[in-house]
Amino acid sequence: MPSERPAPSGNVMIDIQGVKKIYPSQAGDVVALDGIDLAIHKGDIYGIIGMSGAGKSTLIRCINRLDSPTEGRILIDGQNILTMGDKDLRRMRRTVAMIFQQFNLLMQRTVLRNVCFPMEIAGVSKAQAHKRAKELLEIVGLAEKADAYPAQLSGGQRQRVAIARALATDPKVLLCDEATSALDPMTTQAILSLLQDINKRLGITIVIITHEMAVIRQICTRVAIIDGGRIAEKGNVREVFANPRTTAAKRLFRTTAEEELPPGKRCLRLIFDDNRTYEPVVAGMILASGVPVNILSANIQTVAGQQRGQMLVELPDDPEGAERALSYLKGKQISIEEVNADELAGTIVHDR
Amino acid sequence: MSWQELLSMIGNGLWETCYMVLFSTLFSYAIGLPLGVLLVITERGHILPNAPVNSVLGTLINVLRSVPFLILMIAVIPFTRLVMGTAIGSKATIMPLTIAAFPYVARTVETSLKEVDRGVIEAAQSMGASRMHIVLKVMIPESMPSLVSGAAIATTNILGYSAMAGAIGGGGLGALAINYGYYRYRTDILLVVVVVLVLLVQVIQLIGTRSSRLVDHRLK
Repeated sequence: MPSERPAPSGNVMIDIQGVKKIYPSQAGDVVALDGIDLAIHKGDIYGIIGMSGAGKSTLIRCINRLDSPTEGRILIDGQNILTMGDKDLRRMRRTVAMIFQQFNLLMQRTVLRNVCFPMEIAGVSKAQAHKRAKELLEIVGLAEKADAYPAQLSGGQRQRVAIARALATDPKVLLCDEATSALDPMTTQAILSLLQDINKRLGITIVIITHEMAVIRQICTRVAIIDGGRIAEKGNVREVFANPRTTAAKRLFRTTAEEELPPGKRCLRLIFDDNRTYEPVVAGMILASGVPVNILSANIQTVAGQQRGQMLVELPDDPEGAERALSYLKGKQISIEEVNADELAGTIVHDR
Repeated sequence: MSWQELLSMIGNGLWETCYMVLFSTLFSYAIGLPLGVLLVITERGHILPNAPVNSVLGTLINVLRSVPFLILMIAVIPFTRLVMGTAIGSKATIMPLTIAAFPYVARTVETSLKEVDRGVIEAAQSMGASRMHIVLKVMIPESMPSLVSGAAIATTNILGYSAMAGAIGGGGLGALAINYGYYRYRTDILLVVVVVLVLLVQVIQLIGTRSSRLVDHRLK
């Protein structure tokens, strides 16, 4: 049942309340979204991450009602979009623009006329639309391609056109449905910087759906992890990355090495923050315990401007040596988790 | 019969055939194009899903398409007489030709429109496009190359039917071929008519292929 809550405070742009989406099928109902509550604030770059099939695409499509939720309420800037009639819905959609994984440009129109399209259907005069389209192409850095056709552009350029087109009706919200998933890493970086720039310059709230951690890490301010149609975890990007609490979060963050942990061995995941990254903890541990320790994997990531290191080590079979290594580590400013091949979640044995 | 007489006869037949085919094609598109659009958009999950309309329309088109043209032409004679005032001659033949061709046109249009990527339609919806916008500004322009080549095939088909119409009182080259070439054993006239028809088909197909390529911006 839609929860009757007090009206959201003034700075909430998208308010999702108890949203459920059920697809009826002959083999039984498929629950794509199972009670989603999410408040996205004005000016946020909000990342929604999850594995394929987690429901993230259904969720973003509900935000502009390309899909209609079975239950719940969605308010955009205070207006309930689920009760809107056809005409209001179309007007609302002009304020909630969307870009797609496959760009979805009109292949028989030039770049300029693609950008003009949303203005054309909104009834903006041709001259005015052309002028605005040229400004927008300037913003996305494609002014010289105005008369080209999409077929002549690269993937990154096509997505830039799509972004210019999305901005044509001065939207309040920009929805990005796996917008960089079809692009190479370099192009992805460039598109993400452009989105960040648009967020800063125009103050547009951005919602990003992705299965790529790197995307969230690079530009999102807040993140929600979606798993099995529910929000498993949400919050500030830095906090969620530093301290994933749920299995769903850990599954997303784990490295490939972790999927192949040696069975029957005691393994530890060491998590380093900030300045700890460079301290020779492992060397110290080996000296202190007097036994060799096998390093399974290690990596350092920059999350929201902070360095965060992760290391997987296998403890020696000798129980005394293992104990000495563990007690040395507990004395350090790092988080330690015991992990094994069967259990993804791990047990926290020492929290910094 | 002198060569001059023969030439003027063929010229006359060619003219009749051309305008018969031209108007029949225009009229069958006037009916078939909207029906083709309706066939696509009333499908499940499209922009105007309506299962009853879709299946009734589909069945109706299938029934019309399975009636042999010669039978159809005779069957609609009373209707043709009612509308055109006569059932004989090239002008009157436009009626049965249109009735025979529009179901075919509807299917051709349907096939072309289905080529338009669903993602593109969805993008238009996400920008606040109405159904009318989607049909007129997205579906039809995006499938234009395919619609144009479809039109060339439809026109060729109608040309074939128009020759058949000559057998039962229609005008044009078909009537010439049957009345002189077949009934009066003038194989030479028959041959000339066939050659002219072959050339006509070539010209239609050439125009179709060229213009289809001309309007397609996915290739350049």
